[in-house]
Amino acid sequence: MIGAIQRLGNRSVGIVEELGRMTVFVAGVARTLAMPPYRLRRIVDEVYDVGALSLAIICLSGLTVGAVLGLQGYYNLARFGADGSLGAVVGLVLVRELGPVLTALLVTGRAGSAMAAEIASMVTTEQLDGLRMMSVDPIDYVVSPKALAMGIAMPLLNALFIVFAFVGGYLVGVSYLGLDGGQYWTSLEEAITVADDIAGSLLKSLVFGALIAVIATYRGTTSEPTASGVSAATTGTVVTGSVVILVFDYVITALWGV
Amino acid sequence: MEQREEAAETFRIALDGVSLRRGHREVFRDLSCGFRAGEISVILGGSGAGKSTLLRVIGGLTRPDSGAVRVAGRDITRLSERDMFTVRDGIGMLFQGGALLDSLTIFDNVALPLREHTELSEREIHAAVARRLTAVGLPETEGLFPRQLSGGMNRRAALARAVVNDPEIVLCDEPFSGLDPLNVRRIESLLMDLNRRLGLTLLVTSHHLASSLRMADRIVFLRRGGALVGTPEALLRSADPEVVAFLSAESEAGSR
Ligand SMILES: Nc1ncnc2c1ncn2[C@@H]1O[C@H](COP(=O)(O)OP(=O)(O)OP(=O)(O)O)[C@@H](O)[C@H]1O
Ligand SMILES: [Mg+2]
Repeated sequence: MIGAIQRLGNRSVGIVEELGRMTVFVAGVARTLAMPPYRLRRIVDEVYDVGALSLAIICLSGLTVGAVLGLQGYYNLARFGADGSLGAVVGLVLVRELGPVLTALLVTGRAGSAMAAEIASMVTTEQLDGLRMMSVDPIDYVVSPKALAMGIAMPLLNALFIVFAFVGGYLVGVSYLGLDGGQYWTSLEEAITVADDIAGSLLKSLVFGALIAVIATYRGTTSEPTASGVSAATTGTVVTGSVVILVFDYVITALWGV
Repeated sequence: MEQREEAAETFRIALDGVSLRRGHREVFRDLSCGFRAGEISVILGGSGAGKSTLLRVIGGLTRPDSGAVRVAGRDITRLSERDMFTVRDGIGMLFQGGALLDSLTIFDNVALPLREHTELSEREIHAAVARRLTAVGLPETEGLFPRQLSGGMNRRAALARAVVNDPEIVLCDEPFSGLDPLNVRRIESLLMDLNRRLGLTLLVTSHHLASSLRMADRIVFLRRGGALVGTPEALLRSADPEVVAFLSAESEAGSR
């Protein structure tokens, strides 16, 4: 009994310590981003990496998800004779919800895991310690550009996903099921407001991007310097990242109604 | 070969009563030893004796559980990572695995310390890097990535990086392992040249007894009970059972 309480106590202390370390880590990232040197070149390279890794999967998934929405939307709307508002349904569901969440989940699995693995393998091969010995802060040189790149790439990939999904919905609804093309785009356009829906979508993808950036880079830098440490960092990033995204999606939706 | 007490001031680097546990293993127990300025000290010891760990402690990468580590007059065990950077400005380190950044070319790797800490023009950087790469025998690798080079070539490039901004202390973890005899000689003469010409303080860990005896002003033999410090001649005369075992195993391996 006492042993159990003790374990519980140790667990909680451990969690608090971990949160403390994470806060210090995030503060370090924020500080190095705010202060010179501004490593523009490194950031651009990293944005390119995240984008290049995720581009194909984002476009393909966007197209498929849009197509499914087109089918589902059509069959359900047709029962009420409302198949003319297919564009509106596809648009709203995508912009407010599916776009940011699915993009974030896909990017976590593709670029987030790669980021964690890369940093973790740098830990194993002492590359980060090598930087420290050259008086170069690994947070400044390696972690911060990666983290910022994730934050920049996420909204862009989100927009891309949504556009491809619109096209997917169009292909199914208009080209395949024969709805009126003009009506699809008009109802889509009328349903979406910039201030509410687009801003909300942007907010979500920014928050998700920041969360994944922190989780992936933190798991990478704190990994054990072994092969199993690298794999633990990678899977840990995907599992934690996915759960955190879903939780925050609910929180943001509940708080701001987006 | 004996443990001698000397005034701490004569040492550029001094460990005083350093203890370090890693998991269940006691890597150092109350270890005290010193390294003189301008000397080449070779750290010998079996695999797992703690040679790499000793260099990491001196570089401030691993903090000992207790004891003091003085580098250039400052106790680095109390320094923050930020203050540590000012100490490390005068230290170059060659890691056992090289530790080059694999996202950068060999040229960019060697140029990194110069780009980060000096105002040199790109042309001056190019000249300095080319000079170092030639000195380690890798003149035509500038555009290659670390993964395109062998392990020994990587470590030589890493050595070029460690000395590129003329540090006053260089820590070399196994600079000779995996090298052919020709390159052993090349690296050896590079290190000795830096030491003679620029007065570099050099700490070299090694398994390679012959080159150790050739280079060393002083030998630090790491063993379970602490460090034995002495000249190469004293090492050869030592009656310490661990040293004797080490030496006889080495000469057997060498005569084969
Ligand atoms: N993170 C760690 N966790 C547990 N033990 C460790 C850790 N790091 C080092 N050790 C232990 O410390 C001892 C010294 O390791 P170190 O790498 O310094 O040896 P070494 O003398 O450099 O050996 P080698 O000649 O093989 O390179 C080893 O016995 C190792 O088991
Ligand atoms: Mg070693």
